[in-house]
Amino acid sequence: MKLPPAIAAFFDNTRHADRVVPPSGHTAWLTTFTAAAMTFLCVFALALSLATGRLASRWSDALARTATIRLSAPAEQMEVQTERVLALLATTPGVASARALDDEETRALLEPWFGPDLPVAELPLPRLIELVEGEPGYDSEGLRQRLAAEAPGAVLDDHTRWRRPLAEAAARLRLLGWLSIALIGATMAAMITLAANASLAANAQVIRVLRLIGARDSYIARAFVRRFTLRALTGAAAGAAAGLAGVLLLPRADAAGGFLTGLGFQGAGWLWPLALPPLAGAVAFAATRRAALRKLRELT
Amino acid sequence: MDSRHAIESATLTVHSAPLRKENRDDFVIAFENAAYNYGGGELLSEVSLRLAPGSFYFLTGPSGSGKTTFLKLAYAELIPTAGHVTVFDREVRSLTRDDIARTRRRIGVVHQDVQFLDHLPLTANVLLPLTVTGRRGDTQDLADLLGWVGLGHLADALPPSLSGGERQRAALARAVIMDPDVILADEPTGNVDWDMSLRLLTLLVELNRMGKTIVVATHDLNLIRQAKAQVAARVLRIAKQRIQLAGADL
Repeated sequence: MKLPPAIAAFFDNTRHADRVVPPSGHTAWLTTFTAAAMTFLCVFALALSLATGRLASRWSDALARTATIRLSAPAEQMEVQTERVLALLATTPGVASARALDDEETRALLEPWFGPDLPVAELPLPRLIELVEGEPGYDSEGLRQRLAAEAPGAVLDDHTRWRRPLAEAAARLRLLGWLSIALIGATMAAMITLAANASLAANAQVIRVLRLIGARDSYIARAFVRRFTLRALTGAAAGAAAGLAGVLLLPRADAAGGFLTGLGFQGAGWLWPLALPPLAGAVAFAATRRAALRKLRELT
Repeated sequence: MDSRHAIESATLTVHSAPLRKENRDDFVIAFENAAYNYGGGELLSEVSLRLAPGSFYFLTGPSGSGKTTFLKLAYAELIPTAGHVTVFDREVRSLTRDDIARTRRRIGVVHQDVQFLDHLPLTANVLLPLTVTGRRGDTQDLADLLGWVGLGHLADALPPSLSGGERQRAALARAVIMDPDVILADEPTGNVDWDMSLRLLTLLVELNRMGKTIVVATHDLNLIRQAKAQVAARVLRIAKQRIQLAGADL
């Protein structure tokens, strides 16, 4: 593959164009620090975006068109009422299937809060009936009215209705994560542009000398571009390493921790931060080249 | 009129029509009714002359008369506000930025306040014209060049550590390393003593004998007299915004 001339020249070490730019100056550490800080932030924005992506997927999967009916009744009427609700559901359009959870399933649901030895049979717990929605779905308001008429202790818990906004919120959070990454990239480009402009102004003598001896604008620009790109790459590598270390130090994801402890990378997701330094280098390359060529056009 | 500053002719050559193609081989740089105006009136006006290949010119005139402006017009640092300047067969207005860069590779320039890249050693500074064109200098040629200008022992020195005379000689070495056709020197002896002035003059004369066109802006009449004893130098004088050929009795 043939690289564009500007990029090919960047990798041409034989010319050492960047040697003509003095190595010191406040723009040197400013560029490196900016790239490091922005990449560090970018790692966390990336982690947030990937984590919310996973969360949105998980919640979306959970929206399997299920609902729960919670039935409270005196113990002697529990079986009768349960049969009545199941019969009602069997004749309700839009309900694909329905079944009552047995005591073991109920104990499993309550175990995280009350421990494994909960005497389910001795407690006045409501009976849980799980229903699976068909296609098209059922009329939830109509079902509530029928339940109120035929089994007054039955309450329809339509959890798809509250999980959907949560899944949407997670999707938007993921979008915000990507937007943050884009803003961080744009900010880095802006700061590197300012640093490059300051460097070009500070090195007016260098530019005068180079022009006097016949250097083309592209050569002068390349000198600054190479210097700033290498600085940005160095800073971004340090920032990415620090960001990855920070993510590694976060608590491990577990069921009790929920979303916050799941903030991190999983599997191939750990490779994403490795793309950030080259990306930062590309941003610095484009920003410096644009700034340098524009500044050189301004200088007569 | 003071005979020492007698004006041989009002102008060297006046061209009322654009330069014709068939005449372009006998000059490296040509001015044709050229003028330059910094915004407060014309500093140079109706300048018409041709610098022949292999010729040697001194450019004199009081401070602020336009010597540096003339040289800047000659190497396309400035574009004339009126008239035409032609460098190596190309009218400077038609030159792109890249064309100007390529043109300057054929013109070596030495300023009184010569500037270098202070963070690079002398050798790297002298080699810079080759470096920016992607060429590598021959080590022996570079050593010979530095020896020619008497700076062989300072190859690794940084420019700020050089004296005024050493800087001028380094600038001359940098100016000639590309084997240019023309060398323009703006007050090259302004900051050096008489012995160093003579040494620089000798180097310029040697370059002229190699076929280079030399233009030296100076107000040092003793230097001009010294040069005329060695080379067939012509003296241009800037007076009243115009360039005139000065008399031979300098």
